[in-house]
Amino acid sequence: MDRVVLRQEEIARITRRIAVAIVEAVGGVDRVGLVGIRRGGEGFARQLQGELERAEGTEVPLGAVDISLYRDDAATALPDPKIGPSDVPFSVDGHDVVLVDDVLQTGRTVRAAIECVLDYGRPRRIWLAVMCDRGGRELPIAADFVGRVVEVPDGARLEVQIDTAGREGSQQVVIRQKDPS
Amino acid sequence: MTQAFPHRHVLSVEPLSQDDVQHVLNTAEAFFEVSRRPVRKVPTLRGKTIINLFYESSTRTRVSFELAAKRLSADAVNMNVSTSSVSKGESLRDTVRTLGAMQPDIVVIRHGAAGAADYVARKLDCAVINAGDGMHAHPTQALLDAFTIRRARGTLSNLSVAICGDIAHSRVARSNARLLTKFGCDVRVVGPRTLLVPGLEALGVRVFDRLEPALEGVDVVMVLRIQKERLAGPLLPSEREYNREYGISFASLASAKPDAIVMHPGPMNRGVEIDSDVADSERSCVLDQVEAGVAVRMALLYLLAGDAS
Repeated sequence: MDRVVLRQEEIARITRRIAVAIVEAVGGVDRVGLVGIRRGGEGFARQLQGELERAEGTEVPLGAVDISLYRDDAATALPDPKIGPSDVPFSVDGHDVVLVDDVLQTGRTVRAAIECVLDYGRPRRIWLAVMCDRGGRELPIAADFVGRVVEVPDGARLEVQIDTAGREGSQQVVIRQKDPS
Repeated sequence: MTQAFPHRHVLSVEPLSQDDVQHVLNTAEAFFEVSRRPVRKVPTLRGKTIINLFYESSTRTRVSFELAAKRLSADAVNMNVSTSSVSKGESLRDTVRTLGAMQPDIVVIRHGAAGAADYVARKLDCAVINAGDGMHAHPTQALLDAFTIRRARGTLSNLSVAICGDIAHSRVARSNARLLTKFGCDVRVVGPRTLLVPGLEALGVRVFDRLEPALEGVDVVMVLRIQKERLAGPLLPSEREYNREYGISFASLASAKPDAIVMHPGPMNRGVEIDSDVADSERSCVLDQVEAGVAVRMALLYLLAGDAS
C-alpha cells in the first residue's frame, strides 16, 4: 500500500521552518543564495525562496545545478539521456550557498553538487537543506536543514511531489510499494 | 525521455535523424554553459583517452577538439602529420593499428582522402569522429553551424539558407546541405559555374550561379572559404573579380532578409569571399560558431565516450 508521509500543509510548514532556520543560522539573507539540485530540488528551492522573501522582504538569488557531468559513475553511466544546463545567475564568491534537494540518501548527488558549485567560485560556506532524509549514506555527508526523517522499507520508492504551481493536493511525499510485477 | 545516442561513431551527418541532431544540440547547450563559468572544466570524462589524428593542417578544428576534450577532463593527445611517423612512410593502416594498441576511447581524425574516417572506424575498436575527410564530409562543422543557427533563429526547421562559394570542393557545404535538408530547409548553393559540379540537386538543394537571386529572402548566408591556390588555377577569375561577383557585402546582402545572419567556417579571406565590414558586423556569427564548436564537440565526445558496451 502507498503511504502518504507528508501532505501539502505539512510541506508548507516545513518550508517555513527551514526558511526561518536558514535566516537564523546564516544571520540574515543578505549574502544567501539558493541552489536547487536538478530536478527534484528545483521546486523546493523555489518555494524556499518564496518563504524567505515573505519572512525577510528580500528576494534571495536562486540557481540550479545539473550534476550529470559530476557523477562519480560518469564513466559507466554515460551517456545520461538528458542533461540540462546548470544555471547559477549570481556570484557565489563570499556567499552562503544553500544547496537544496528533495531527498537525501547516499550523499553522492550532494557531493557532485558541491563540486559543481565550487566551479562557480568560492562560497563562504555551503549548507544543505533537504525535504526528506531517508538514510542510507555512502559518503560522510549530513544535511544542515532536514524537513522529515523518513524510513523507507526495502524495495519501496520515496516520491516527492513538490509542484511550484501550488495546486491543491498536488504537493505530497509518498512511499510507494514496488509494483508486484 | 530515455533516448540514448544510438551511434557508435560520427562519420557523416547522413545517419543522424532529426532527433539525434536535436539531442546533440540540446546536450551541447549544457556544455556551452560550462565554457562560460569561472572554472571551465567538468570531471565527466576523467580517465578517458582521446587521440586527435590530423593528417591535414588545421588549427581551429584541432584546437577546438583539444579544448573540448580538456574541458571534459579527458586526456587528449594530438598527432600531427608533420611530426608523426607518417612522414617516415608509415601507412594509415599501420598508424591506426599502433594507435589501437594504445587503447584510446575516441579517435578524432582529419584526412585528405574521402572515406579515411570510415576506414579507421572499421579498423579500430573505439569510437571515431570525422573531423573532415577530403571533399566528403565534415559533420562536426555542420552540427556546430546548426547549433549557431538554432541559437540565432530559435529553430532549425524550414529556414532558407544560402551556401556561397566553392561548392564543388567543400565538405562543409556538403555536410551542411545534408543536415539542413533533413529539417526541411530551403538550401541554395551558389558559386561560379566552374565550382558547381553536376548532380548537386541530388543533395536536395537549389543551384544558382548568381548571388542576388540565391540570397533572395534567406535567413542564413553561409560563406565558404575560397582557397587561394584555386584562385591561381583555371577554375576562378582573379580575386577582385570573384569578390565583385560572389563576395558577400552589405550590398549583396540587400536581397536577404533584413535580419539574416552571416556565417563563415574560417579562416576568412577578407575582401575576397566576405567584406571586412560584414565580417565584423552584428550580423556576423563567425565568433559564435567558434564558441559553438567547442560546445558541440564536447557534446559529441560525451555522447560517444559512454558507449561502454
